[in-house]
Amino acid sequence: MSDVLQDEKDAVGTRPQIKRSRLRLYDLIPTGTLGLRTRRTRAVLSALGIAIGIASMVAVLGVTHSSESHLLAQLDRLGTNLLTVVNGDDLGGTEVALPATAAPMLRRISGVLAVAPTAQISTARVYRNDQIPTGQTGGLAVRATDASLLDTLQGSLKLGRFLTVADAPVTVLGHDVARQLGIVRLDAGTRVWLGGHWFTVAGILDPFTLAPEVDRSALISFAAAKDLLGYDGAPSRIYVRTDPDQVTQVADLLAHTANPANSFQVKASRPSDALTAQIAVKQSSGALFLGLGAIALLVGAIGIANVMVISVLERRAEIGLRRTLGATRVHIAAQFLTESLVLSALGGFGGVLIGSGVTVGMAMAQDWGIAIPPVAIGGGFGVAIVSGVLAGLYPAMRAAALSPTDALRTTG
Amino acid sequence: MTVLELRDVRKVYPGEPPVESVRGVNLAVEAGEMIAIRGASGSGKSTLLHLMAGLDRPTSGSVRLDGQRVEVLTDLQLAGLRAWRVGVVFQQFFLLEALTAVENVASGLLYRGIPARQRRAAAVEALERVGLAHRMRHKVTKLSGGERQRVAIARAVVGRPAIVFADEPTGNLDSAKGGEILSIMRELNEEGTTLVVVTHEERVAAACQRFIEIRDGVVVS
Repeated sequence: MSDVLQDEKDAVGTRPQIKRSRLRLYDLIPTGTLGLRTRRTRAVLSALGIAIGIASMVAVLGVTHSSESHLLAQLDRLGTNLLTVVNGDDLGGTEVALPATAAPMLRRISGVLAVAPTAQISTARVYRNDQIPTGQTGGLAVRATDASLLDTLQGSLKLGRFLTVADAPVTVLGHDVARQLGIVRLDAGTRVWLGGHWFTVAGILDPFTLAPEVDRSALISFAAAKDLLGYDGAPSRIYVRTDPDQVTQVADLLAHTANPANSFQVKASRPSDALTAQIAVKQSSGALFLGLGAIALLVGAIGIANVMVISVLERRAEIGLRRTLGATRVHIAAQFLTESLVLSALGGFGGVLIGSGVTVGMAMAQDWGIAIPPVAIGGGFGVAIVSGVLAGLYPAMRAAALSPTDALRTTG
Repeated sequence: MTVLELRDVRKVYPGEPPVESVRGVNLAVEAGEMIAIRGASGSGKSTLLHLMAGLDRPTSGSVRLDGQRVEVLTDLQLAGLRAWRVGVVFQQFFLLEALTAVENVASGLLYRGIPARQRRAAAVEALERVGLAHRMRHKVTKLSGGERQRVAIARAVVGRPAIVFADEPTGNLDSAKGGEILSIMRELNEEGTTLVVVTHEERVAAACQRFIEIRDGVVVS
């Protein structure tokens, strides 16, 4: 009885205080990375799993973003306020003529800033010289236009000058035409064989992203077309530059204004819509690849969890020893969680580096500006850490749940 | 002063049928003693060591370790007791192979939350006590079995605990190395370390001031 009383008295505090078991935060990293340092190959391989997942996510975001920025910059430069008016194509792919009055009528629409009529001359072809067989057209067209084209398309010349009113047999070559005919320099004698006549090449254009048909055309003046090629004066494709704020209103009026009699034949379009559509496609395919990246990351995280579970099984003796040395369950859990965190952080860091490298390489190859969204880098690293915690949680809890005697006995 | 006192300690492992490994052991160890607990394999001596060292709680009875009743302490309190008051030497050494001798010894103080520099200084001193100062920067994988056991002993005594338990400390060593380990333990005991050695070897038991014999979980002498 007296013993029991003595014991109860002890329990309320006459015994010396037990000092607490403590693990300094500073010691947690070396303790938590001990397993990784012992098994380096395994650590590198399991971090690689996370790295591949993160790299693919960062690369997808980076590449999508870079190409998108490139397209947006292009759109910004080209403007979304260019409209084209055509009367459709015939079976041979040649543009059908619009009424000759179309261009002056279009100029009257409020909100129209500039109008440039062009006419595809289906009877004429352009060749490097008169020795080329007529069948070898190379898919190049001849197009009559006037000086307003360059301003309306906001284009620029690579070499030489553009058409002027007074020009007789002079041509300005579209970017692709010059390349295809092998004309890289201009001098007074540079000529091409066009519609059965020699035309002096006055200039070469830079490419037009929004009017690729101009790239594939040799441009001549309306006067030359009439005098030499029997052109009747009706345009087949008209470019309209509008006030950026009135694009839709103007677009609605184009067909009726250009061809009041047969407005249903007229097609008015906005070439920049193709670029906008490209961005949308990139965004949706980006989402798909991002999903694939997420799956890769999941596989990586499961890899880490797997390695950690094996590690806990292999290191029962160490767990038993540490418990003997005074480690609490929390210390053991923290050690294994740290290990998994360090693994995933290394993987995340590597993944962000690889992903950024892929983006930079891709952007440089495609001549885009490099645009890696900070959210991809921060998010990639963050996702790696979170997956490390999730992957490490279960193994860490298993390690912590192990009683010291079980841990020691199974290895004994 | 009594450092360790067991009163009618029993340990029963559940199962069909339940296994009673330790059956009513009474034992007292005074400070400064070096005693041996001798028993054949399966006699329950390892279970007894776990109970004495605060690694496990008895099913019934009382274990008083350094003035604390082990059976009523929480997990956290037991961990604290092990970190500050108990040292254990294992037959298999249980050294951390990626670390050097001095780092292994310093790990004996890891869970006291003291700065690394102090741990290292204490570890160097402990290695000197076991005559292994010249090998302290060597990875433990480069050490011989006897040297490894000396590192493990240094780790157990580095924090100057109230009591040190050794589980078959010479079990993995040849007789010459075993003899060295025994004399080191005797020296430590002479310096004031309280030692409880669990062994099946006559020679080890004979080296202690007294020994008790355990058979089938019961103290027989």
